[in-house]
Amino acid sequence: MSFCPSLHIQNLALHYGGQIIFENLNLVIPSGQLVALLGPSGVGKTSLLRIIAGLEAPFAGQVTASDNAPLSGRIAYMAQQDLLLPWARVIDNVMLGAKLRGMKPEPDRAMNLLERVGLAERAKSLPVELSGGMRQRVAIARTLYEARPIVLMDEPFSALDAITRTKIQDLAAELLSGCTTLLITHDPMEACRISHHLVVLTGAPAGLEAPVEVPGIPPRAPDNLLVLQTQAELLRMLAQ
Amino acid sequence: MRGIVTFAVFLAVWWAVTQFCPVPPYMLPTPQSVAVALIAQRNLLFDNTLVTLAEILLGLFFGTLLGALAALAMAALPPLQRWLMPVLVLSQAIPVFALAPLLVLWFGFGMTSKIIMTILVIFFPVTASLADGLNLTEPGWLDMAAAMNASRFSTLCYVRLPAALPAFASGLRVATALAPIGAIIGEWVGASSGLGYVMINANARIQTDVMFAALFVLCVLAVLLFTIVDRILRKLIYWAPDNRRGFS
Repeated sequence: MSFCPSLHIQNLALHYGGQIIFENLNLVIPSGQLVALLGPSGVGKTSLLRIIAGLEAPFAGQVTASDNAPLSGRIAYMAQQDLLLPWARVIDNVMLGAKLRGMKPEPDRAMNLLERVGLAERAKSLPVELSGGMRQRVAIARTLYEARPIVLMDEPFSALDAITRTKIQDLAAELLSGCTTLLITHDPMEACRISHHLVVLTGAPAGLEAPVEVPGIPPRAPDNLLVLQTQAELLRMLAQ
Repeated sequence: MRGIVTFAVFLAVWWAVTQFCPVPPYMLPTPQSVAVALIAQRNLLFDNTLVTLAEILLGLFFGTLLGALAALAMAALPPLQRWLMPVLVLSQAIPVFALAPLLVLWFGFGMTSKIIMTILVIFFPVTASLADGLNLTEPGWLDMAAAMNASRFSTLCYVRLPAALPAFASGLRVATALAPIGAIIGEWVGASSGLGYVMINANARIQTDVMFAALFVLCVLAVLLFTIVDRILRKLIYWAPDNRRGFS
């Protein structure tokens, strides 16, 4: 992975049909760190992510990288659904970005990534032949294939069962280490285990609470005392 | 198997009506007399079936091609869609029967007017189904393609078009079922060959059995054509969820 700049969100505002979703939002995602963003449904988390990804325009404010280079082409986006194309084989799904940009696909690199997510032998399968966990692993491989310094993830593991989710969280934390990552999640345990720190977006219009630091290096064990303490603290914050 | 049973029941009811109702044979011939006509006129029927089949296939080919191109053009240039869609709906509102004599006048008694008639009949379902499919792409896929810095053209080629194929296939199935109607209407209005021509001729001479024989051949042709197209489409669009079993 090349140098990963930090991400700076400054005075961001979003209005929808006269309604203020959020205003004066400021957040820094430090270089090479994973920040988890939590908050109740409908608070504007996904909109925030879409603005950073350039899929939606903000009402005011800006998102910049610490090296002042434009963000376009440096962000990988992973959504809640795996978004695998059902007509393409697993390996072609991994290499989709290259095809869409009219670049030469690199099957060796794609195979290598599939190996790292443990699906090398399924490279020629169609998505419909895979389980939910496998599909989400292919989506991770596709995100990594983009080799982008900034990664945005919108509840990527929420549709998985608890055991699969834990395994994939560990895998994602390992593979994304070094990338500047913003992860939206509903799961306090997930946030505590795999993020460097976490922030909570609440209220209407929504505002960010002070960031919560989780001691230790992710991925942390689920029975880590600090993880459990932070999780309890987080649940109290979210319930308010 | 089910098809055979349905057909047998249909034949039995038909036979019973001719046996027990006072219907003169020039209004409703018996199944036996139709079978006899089918065999006696096999050369006439075969030659004219080939003509109608050629009209249907050429009409299907060009109609699908033109319809697909129109839908793709509308997807590539959204303003075109706002201009073209009302024209398409309008074209569908004009009864093809009213157009048929004009087409014969313009394009003659030969195959061309029938092929154009078939194209007119199937153009709308083909265009509308593909245009719909292209407009209803899963938004998540479009976001993903945008995040991957895909151009509009490559998004259309690699995401929107494949995603639209199941909808397009529905349109093609409707088109396949409608295409014989287009060809036959064309032949009714003015032709020198084809199954529609045989029917009109037999009707004028009160050879109702020959007319029914031609109708029977047309039905078999339509069912066969639909089955083949349906099979090919399901093979090609192998990823689409499909809960049906075979058509026949």
